[in-house]
Amino acid sequence: MRSSVPVSQRRSVKRFRRSPVSSPSSRPPMPSEQDIYEEHVLDHYEDPYHRGSLESATHADQGDNPLCGDRIHVDLRLDDQGKVAEAWFDGEGCVISQASASMLIEKVEGKTIDEIKEFSAPEMLELFGPKLTPNRQKCCLLSWRVLQSALHSPLGGDGESADVGDDSNGQSAAGSKRPRFSGPSLGEEQ
Amino acid sequence: MTATVPETGLDTNRIRSDFPILQTHAASGAPLIYLDNAASTQRPRQVIEAMSDCYLRYYSNVHRGIHTLSEEATRRYERARQTTAEFLNAASTTEIIFAAGTTAAINTVARSWGDANVTAGDTVLLCISEHHANIVPWHQLAERTGCVIRFLPIDDDFLIPDDVVADYLSRYQPKLFAFGAASNTLGTEYPVKRWTGLAHDAGAKVLVDAAQAAPHSPVNVQDWGVDFLAFSGHKVCGPTGIGVLYGRETLLDAMPPFLGGGGMIDRVTVEGFSAHALPEKFEAGTPPIVEAIGLEAAIQYLNSIGLEAIHQHERQLGRHADEGLRAIDGVRVIGPTPEHKGGINSFVVDGVHAHDVSQFLDTRGVAVRAGHHCTMPLHQAVGVSATSRASCYLYNTLEEVDHFLGAVAEVQTKFARTGRRRRSRSR
Repeated sequence: MRSSVPVSQRRSVKRFRRSPVSSPSSRPPMPSEQDIYEEHVLDHYEDPYHRGSLESATHADQGDNPLCGDRIHVDLRLDDQGKVAEAWFDGEGCVISQASASMLIEKVEGKTIDEIKEFSAPEMLELFGPKLTPNRQKCCLLSWRVLQSALHSPLGGDGESADVGDDSNGQSAAGSKRPRFSGPSLGEEQ
Repeated sequence: MTATVPETGLDTNRIRSDFPILQTHAASGAPLIYLDNAASTQRPRQVIEAMSDCYLRYYSNVHRGIHTLSEEATRRYERARQTTAEFLNAASTTEIIFAAGTTAAINTVARSWGDANVTAGDTVLLCISEHHANIVPWHQLAERTGCVIRFLPIDDDFLIPDDVVADYLSRYQPKLFAFGAASNTLGTEYPVKRWTGLAHDAGAKVLVDAAQAAPHSPVNVQDWGVDFLAFSGHKVCGPTGIGVLYGRETLLDAMPPFLGGGGMIDRVTVEGFSAHALPEKFEAGTPPIVEAIGLEAAIQYLNSIGLEAIHQHERQLGRHADEGLRAIDGVRVIGPTPEHKGGINSFVVDGVHAHDVSQFLDTRGVAVRAGHHCTMPLHQAVGVSATSRASCYLYNTLEEVDHFLGAVAEVQTKFARTGRRRRSRSR
């Protein structure tokens, strides 16, 4: 039912309340088609939340959009209750990719693993706000993709690679930083 | 603003009136300024009408029926081949193969000539500035045969000097030297005839990717002496879905067919088949008939204006854009100085990602390409992940270039750091 509405046109007020300072409650949050660089987007770009690395990270991963060169790294510290105690990101790329990462990282602290896993791509686009064309949606979804994979990429301990199974290349999931290609992998052709 | 007609020698007002799409507006409401011609060009009414005329009046399959429509469609399809042969100054129409595009043409050479002539340890020489269509087929050939792919580097001025080409040719003795006549990213126009001579002296065959050359300046395969040449219809104001492979007749004759099917056979039995003579040997299946007719109309259109005149016009626009970009603080042109270039300029704006540049220009009605332009190895060599690219064609004007430059100058202001603070919000 929900999915019959185009993702980019859906807006949820209850999920993401703006502070009264930045927007009066009466504010109609429909950006003009052209202005994806809304004020709050540029705010996050210029003053990102938790940009940098986290020494005490328990989980981390990174990813890129080879087509445009956007790159995002996510560090997470999960506590004993399976909640994100702290989240940081780093990276480079366009305004959309970096601002959306800041918004996402700000949102996930305190959330449980299950809550994050349930946080869908359409919800990520909603969180970002301005309507994006399909090509720019990829930029916006990069941090979301990396966050999801970081949950499965524990750091440290030797025991971790046991989850991964028998990998003849000796690449653990967390250590797998090989370049990613869209489309079929050249390695598959042999 | 200055009048455009006397300055470049092309009557752009008249030319623009042939292109209905240029009268439209961008999503922002601003008049469209189309500077993404290296990706694909627009079509004049003449091409659109030639194609609809075929569908409306004489469309049929070719080389198959005896009926009137098939005779007419076949006559026009073969006339398009003749026009294309003249466009390239090929010695014979048997040297003109219609393919799906430049990519399909290069793949045909890699699969057919490559598999038959290249073996483990052989070298295929490319330029680092090649687009992926002239890289990946050779990577695939290397996977099949064990041959080695080597890349000519660019120097600090984004150029590939002749002596470096000669040195690589003599050092690596490549079986094939495959290079773009012009770079779709740097805009550099390479000396095709000179490099072909150097390659032949070293015993290499030469394939020229003319995707960025055939639309903009005269091509002469006999004068250049190339062995293979490829270009695309959609970059010469023609339709998508068609391109041309030129091959020297003796080479094409000796090559095995690549795609098998109807049209490319002489006869088929339960035991096997024998291939048709050139050029049908390489045209399996129903060919791009209407597209060939559209391509002919596009070639006739360009000829009516003159490739030399188009080239001069574009070089002038390209120089104006190059100089204007270099004059903007924080803008870096990724390519050589104007005397080496046509109408293509790639650039980066310090501190602003190419996507944001492109998105902002779009709000000013300016369509440019952002990304790696299918030249990832080149971007790696230059050390940038993405660039913006403005590429001019015959219908662009100096006024449009000025408008584009004005918009680029605004980019840094738009994304300038102003001490913004992220607004905290309750979770």
